[in-house]
Amino acid sequence: MILNIALRELRGMFLSPLAWTVLAVSQLILCWIFFAQIDVFFSVQKELTTMPNAPGVSDLITAPVLEIASVMLLMISPLLTMRLISEERRNGTLTLLLSSPISISEIVLGKFFGIVFFYLILIGMISLMPLSLMMGTDLDLGKLAAGLLGLLLLLCAFAAAGLFLSSLTANPVVAAISTFGLLLMLWMIERSGNGADSIFNYASLTSHVTPFLRGMLNSVDLIYFALFIITFLLLTIRHMDAERLQG
Amino acid sequence: MPLITANNLVRYYGDHRAVDDISFTLKTGDILGFLGPNGAGKSTTMKMLSGNLAPNEGEININGFDLLDDPKRAKALIGYLPEQPPLYKEMTVDEYLAYCAKLHRIDKNRIIEALELAKTRCGLEESGDRLIGNLSKGYQQRVGIAQAIIHSPEIIILDEPTVGLDPNQIREIRELIIELGKHHGIILCTHILPEVEAVCNRVQIINKGKLVYEADMDDLLDKHSNGFYEITLLRPPSINQLYEIADINNVESINDNTFLVHTSNVNAENIANAAVTNNWGLVKLIPHEHTLEQIFIDLTLGDDKNKEAKS
Repeated sequence: MILNIALRELRGMFLSPLAWTVLAVSQLILCWIFFAQIDVFFSVQKELTTMPNAPGVSDLITAPVLEIASVMLLMISPLLTMRLISEERRNGTLTLLLSSPISISEIVLGKFFGIVFFYLILIGMISLMPLSLMMGTDLDLGKLAAGLLGLLLLLCAFAAAGLFLSSLTANPVVAAISTFGLLLMLWMIERSGNGADSIFNYASLTSHVTPFLRGMLNSVDLIYFALFIITFLLLTIRHMDAERLQG
Repeated sequence: MPLITANNLVRYYGDHRAVDDISFTLKTGDILGFLGPNGAGKSTTMKMLSGNLAPNEGEININGFDLLDDPKRAKALIGYLPEQPPLYKEMTVDEYLAYCAKLHRIDKNRIIEALELAKTRCGLEESGDRLIGNLSKGYQQRVGIAQAIIHSPEIIILDEPTVGLDPNQIREIRELIIELGKHHGIILCTHILPEVEAVCNRVQIINKGKLVYEADMDDLLDKHSNGFYEITLLRPPSINQLYEIADINNVESINDNTFLVHTSNVNAENIANAAVTNNWGLVKLIPHEHTLEQIFIDLTLGDDKNKEAKS
């Protein structure tokens, strides 16, 4: 049942120009960055040969591309998640789901996985760029995999937060703005911290995703994302349940 | 066992008691007309029956399953068309109905069958490939009904199904409802009285959250159709002379030539005879049958009038 709802969500996105636009725009921008990084790599290549433990292609090209991708998706994700529940509420289609013999958890998870499937397509397309480097050089596939996993976890976190804020309102724009605000806040919060041990640093999305993008896989970061996603999904389920009771 | 047993439903919106202690039952073969003025609590009651809204107090039992304790099994027995049909405008009719069928856990190899049946019943055979957003309002409404019956539920709840349709479509939808009523229990929620008279075999009136009237349609017609006649006379006598006709209880003058007469003689023979004998020039003798309307107005306006009189 979760799959049915998720697939409808995904199809719905591709039936409107929204999904195509997001894929096209993100691909265009990241291509630009990708080529710019290749240029940088060529210009410093001579010096690299003389350096001991020099950074490789993965560090100089893949990591920056993924970092830019994460910032870009921070801005795009609220636009994708804003309509998840709020639009169904506004169009009255939420009634269809609520009067069908399915639980609210199934509805929420269906919505969540619908958007996650889309992000998988997006990440698949983004990963083609670094992978194309394999034609000319050796790539550190482990680092790339860690980076892509990090990006996926980050996007799942964006999606969970967006889903929750979308469930609070019938107005997609309100959902988008509040999601963007929340994500940006969590993105920049580490700046107000002093030192790596501050609470702001623990709460920040950036400090947990950067190690992934640079190819490092810490269990702390994994747990952070798991908790982040589960918390927001539970909040969404709780809220929708409460709404049925309190209307 | 009744299909729906609702006991003492209460629902608040903030401090406002939108539904106030409503109890009723629905049996197979019933087409229950749920009447009430706007804002009386009709839609709120329907939302509670369909599981979209939980009642603050009371319980709803759907064919043996409690709607709150066992929502999945209870909801599987209900088809619900809300006031605003829950349609995904960017999908085609076939895609949408197939999705609804999946939501209701219809077997994969039975989906096509169920889809064809629902489309045939709602007159959508030709519209399968069309985008819902491009259909006219009437056809969208049909898709909404198709969605409510695709899983052949025991209970069908229709919230104002004919709003915004043209007269032909309204007739078709009514015929469909009567047809469906043979095998299902139907609740028809509306404020269009002729619709209830044409379609329903039971009627309930709700006003300000309370159930104020409940009757079988047959009883209602028997009890109230006797006696009210509108007569038009070319040479009308005085009202007093009209009172002198045998079995006349009440006479009301509508204008110089037209009167509303209440008589205990069911066939109004007395009025016709008197008019002929006295040469009053009888032009019209119309039995007044807007009884449901009369009941509705009495029950739903009565309160306000009393209050006005008091203040």
